[in-house]
Amino acid sequence: MIQAFAFYLFATLMIVSGAVTILARNPVHSVLWLILAFFNAAGLMVLAGAEFIAMLLIIVYVGAVAVLFLFVVMMLDIDFAELRAGFIRNAPLGVILAVVLFVELFVGILVRSAGDMAIGTAGAATAVPAGLSNTAAIGALLYTRYLFVFEAAGFILLVAMIGAIVLTHRQRSGVRGQNIAKQIARRPEEATINLQPEVGKGVSL
Amino acid sequence: MTPFFQGLGLPYEWAWTISTICGILLIALPVMLSVAMVIYVDRKVWAAMALRRGPNVVGPFGLLQSFADGLKVFLQETIIPAAANKGLFLIGPIVTFTVALLAWAVIPFNSGAILANINVGLLYILAISSLGVYGIVIAGWSSNSKYPFFSAMRASAQMISYEVSIGFILICVVLWAGSFNLNDIVKAQHGHGFGFINGFWCNPLLFPMWVMFLISSMAETQRAPFDLTEAESELVAGYQTEYSSMAFALFWLGEYGNVLMMCALNATLFWGGYLPPLEIPVLYLIPGWIWLILKIAFGFFVFSWVKATVPRYRYDQLMRLGWKIFLPVSLLFVFLVSGYLMATGHFA
Repeated sequence: MIQAFAFYLFATLMIVSGAVTILARNPVHSVLWLILAFFNAAGLMVLAGAEFIAMLLIIVYVGAVAVLFLFVVMMLDIDFAELRAGFIRNAPLGVILAVVLFVELFVGILVRSAGDMAIGTAGAATAVPAGLSNTAAIGALLYTRYLFVFEAAGFILLVAMIGAIVLTHRQRSGVRGQNIAKQIARRPEEATINLQPEVGKGVSL
Repeated sequence: MTPFFQGLGLPYEWAWTISTICGILLIALPVMLSVAMVIYVDRKVWAAMALRRGPNVVGPFGLLQSFADGLKVFLQETIIPAAANKGLFLIGPIVTFTVALLAWAVIPFNSGAILANINVGLLYILAISSLGVYGIVIAGWSSNSKYPFFSAMRASAQMISYEVSIGFILICVVLWAGSFNLNDIVKAQHGHGFGFINGFWCNPLLFPMWVMFLISSMAETQRAPFDLTEAESELVAGYQTEYSSMAFALFWLGEYGNVLMMCALNATLFWGGYLPPLEIPVLYLIPGWIWLILKIAFGFFVFSWVKATVPRYRYDQLMRLGWKIFLPVSLLFVFLVSGYLMATGHFA
């Protein structure tokens, strides 16, 4: 009973917040609704017994990705009139995309109800061993059966990161950076000199 | 508590609901009360370190100062700036306050005395603490004012940066304890040092992690020396500039709630949580929650000690510390810890 109630609560809230994400005029509001959608998705994951995935969803998407979205979107200087003009120009493209997505979804559901091809069904995957928490189960699977795929994914991300740094990094001249090790290594003897110049002579350093 | 209510003749669902609500109140009310007292302690500690007296007028030794302040802000008028985004302007402080209380659900106060004994307790805390930034960012943006906005930008960059190293530090602890469950982590610290000291802090591989965790948690809660989001010499009062009355008070409560939460996490992960510090049978006569509170109080003293003595970081120094020092060092320690555990067959 309570599970069904929670499921419909999360699912409804998720669909509503997803819809409002698209409909909201203000991009900042959109991002905040998107975060609510992520939250409800995490709630659904918990209901499905995948608490590890749920927590990762919140940590990665809500905690990092959405913060970056918000960071960028907050700095936009929004011109609503221009936004609406763009809407009318891009509307045909949007409608075509929507139709394609809808047809795919429809066909997918149709095929699924017609009978299975045993792809991606629960039978194809290994069942969670009894007595293992789902964090341990996922870890065991990732580090044994899918080790090379997992490593390759990590490697691709590393390459992407290095690529992003190489593309955006530029050496600027005339910047005086702070070298903390050098500052700490400095001793009074090197930094100060004690002179007693004659009156009116001045000092050259 | 559920069996107790079941014993009163209630069906399981009702007993569970009532006992959970009681548990929430048992945690939330003392936390709120201790936030009020901790603000007083904070001011007393700064005062002592600056050779002043601190609050000493309201109540004996000024003990009731925080309540007087609370009453004052409660009676003030709530001002919402005309140019502010009204809904979000009010949601900001509520988010900060709520998030500060949420994370307490998984802290074990005694063996078995834990509101939500979930497998992914530590991940839950990471998830909740990553939400903390939204209150500040929403407040800064919706105020529609320059300095709060700068503050929001700083807050989001700062919290993302330090979350990365906190994540790696927590992984070291999790590797050693072999579980994400905070209760199991506390149990793993039982007799960790020579079978005599309870706590991961005495482990030479985890002690540096404790130091880094302490510093990162100061950055994560935006306490001095990392309080760049409300640096009064640069940003007036940062994201709180436009706030008054209860909305402002919610920020304060949330901020100190977060600090207490970080101290509780510190106590639970490195100082043995509800276990007594040393493995002496006599010490077990004192209940676990008192040990936890003592450890939290010590952690909080360190926080206010640092605030009273260390000057504020510059923003580029803060970023350098997070990305160029803490991130590589914590990553190195993940390798060292997992390498050591593999070499010694810790989980074999």
